[in-house]
Amino acid sequence: MSGRRIFARPARLAAIAPYVWMVLFFLVPFGFVLKISLSQTAIAQPPYEPVFDLTAGWEALRAAFAALSLDNFRLLASDDIYVFAYVRSLTVAVTATALLLLVGYPIAYGMARLPTRWQAVAMVLVIVPFWTSFLIRIYAWINILQHDGLLNQILLALHLVSQPVVWLSTDSAMYIGIVYSYLPFMILPLYATLAKMEPVLEEAASDLGAPPWQVFWLVTFPLSLPGVGAGVLLCFIPIVGEFVIPDLLAGSNSLMIGQTLWLEFFTNKDWPVASAAAIVLLVVLLVPLLLYERLQRRQLEQGR
Amino acid sequence: MTDELPRTDVTADTVGAGALPAAGEPLLRIEGVAKTFGTFRAVNGVSLDIMAGEFFALLGPSGCGKTTLLRMLAGFEAPDEGRILLGGKDIAQALPHERPINMMFQNYALFPHLTVRDNIAFGLKRARLARADIATRVAEMVALVKLEGLEKRKPDQLSGGQRQRVALARALARRPQLLLLDEPLAALDKKLRESTQGELMELQRRLGMTFIIVTHDQEEAMTMASRIGVMRDGKLAQVASPRELYEAPRSRWIAEFVGDINLFDGESKLRDGHRLVIGTRDAGALVVDEPREPVGAGKFAVAIRPEKVKLSRRGPVSEAGHETAINRLDGVIADICYLGGTTTYKVKLDAGGTVQASVANSARLDVNAYSVNQHVVAWFTPDDCVVLPS
Repeated sequence: MSGRRIFARPARLAAIAPYVWMVLFFLVPFGFVLKISLSQTAIAQPPYEPVFDLTAGWEALRAAFAALSLDNFRLLASDDIYVFAYVRSLTVAVTATALLLLVGYPIAYGMARLPTRWQAVAMVLVIVPFWTSFLIRIYAWINILQHDGLLNQILLALHLVSQPVVWLSTDSAMYIGIVYSYLPFMILPLYATLAKMEPVLEEAASDLGAPPWQVFWLVTFPLSLPGVGAGVLLCFIPIVGEFVIPDLLAGSNSLMIGQTLWLEFFTNKDWPVASAAAIVLLVVLLVPLLLYERLQRRQLEQGR
Repeated sequence: MTDELPRTDVTADTVGAGALPAAGEPLLRIEGVAKTFGTFRAVNGVSLDIMAGEFFALLGPSGCGKTTLLRMLAGFEAPDEGRILLGGKDIAQALPHERPINMMFQNYALFPHLTVRDNIAFGLKRARLARADIATRVAEMVALVKLEGLEKRKPDQLSGGQRQRVALARALARRPQLLLLDEPLAALDKKLRESTQGELMELQRRLGMTFIIVTHDQEEAMTMASRIGVMRDGKLAQVASPRELYEAPRSRWIAEFVGDINLFDGESKLRDGHRLVIGTRDAGALVVDEPREPVGAGKFAVAIRPEKVKLSRRGPVSEAGHETAINRLDGVIADICYLGGTTTYKVKLDAGGTVQASVANSARLDVNAYSVNQHVVAWFTPDDCVVLPS
């Protein structure tokens, strides 16, 4: 009896740990951002007001609360620049995720069908780029994509183009950068589900008269949907808020929400509007997250 | 492949076999088929004819090539050499979905994301049957394997026996000319396996279909199949009826692989009409019938099944004229193994060797049972022995 109690306590602590983590590193910062988004910008330190001062007494605190307003959110809704930034972010994320799925699925499928000892090698090859700093890899792409860069040299040498193509500061360059950077996040979950799938199921489908494309659409793809869901969300959510890649590779004529946030925070020093934009982004991303949550729960229930 | 393949008969209204080959022609002819993986020759020149309506078993230890041969029939592997003729047409290089052959997989390979109904209908939909026909056929199959009421379940909501039935119904739904069964009962427990064996045989007879089953379980092969092909090291070691395989094995290896057997190595000593006398090291001189294919002088093994070895306390009751023809081995009981229906006695022979005798426990009370260290006579007749090249 007492022996069980000794073991029960650490187990309970371990169960609480993720919640403590969530409260400390997500909920509390979220509270700060939410509060700032309801404040007004000010030329002060910090650059917004009101500031909650717990030592100033009850009346001052009530006054500070009363000063909070939804003005920043109204501004976001009324100014096209923000709406465009959100729409552009979502468009880029949807397009890039679709491209990632198209590129990542065949790679993951090929990996899952390799002989076991080669699968480990392929896995290392997918992960190896992470050993180099992300920024350096993006700068490497700038190098490859510039006017006299490697890509144009190859295209010219193969006589595919007669003039160097302008790649930098275009959406193409941005999509190349995004697909390149996020590919492992698409491949790994896809690979995990495809490797788990028994190849005999594909044989059974083909035995029952399904030509190869039907085997894929009726058996392989439906059974890999959990991996597709995980890969799509792992890519889609961070791409919506992506800042570095569009900033370095895309043109400056249309901004994604991440770039807009950066401008508000660091150039305009408008913390409240930037916070409001961040809150709206979070709410927008909550939708696919909840969808994914439900998908996973349904699979867990099915798995039983 | 420009030749048109024999199509699966998916439009007929009643369950029945597909188009049959011309009378006297085999449904399936395997000609010198070989398959090599790397340096391993998995199937090494197999030739075999299978007639329509047969229940044929491919039996062998693991790694003997039986599964590879079956996979070549299904189309999952292409043979490196040889031809596979189905109804006279070479299908060796045809893809699996082009063959009027279906397979019931080991562990069933049911589609986990589809219901029982959709699993069974999968092959019918691929054949572009009308919606109503599919529904009729699925209902027919569900009734055939007694799965009524479970149509909307997913495979993970079924028991092992039910899953086995879905797999069978799914493979039968297209009415293949040939049904391949890869260890179909291996995942079932013993009781269920035995009853399912009976059901499979009954189904095969009723549908008049041709079944090829792959198994490593010789009892299963003996029970169900009308003919058995024993495979070893990629080759067919013997193709025979269950009875012939058991009573007239062609080699020492087959004799030992199928059932239990006593083997005595020796040399032919003299010939007495249609009888041979073989001198053995472990059991002295044994009188045996001359095998059908005459053997010359040299080394032989005398094989005798344990249930054909009789035991008695004083030796066989002498019948006039027969005494000389009976092999009589004196010894003591060394070990007793009671198996319920039978008891196996291990007899240590005075000549040096041991012989196993399997005795039916035909009486409930053990008045006739022997005990360890008891002196007994083990005896058997010359025609119960098989002479095998050593």
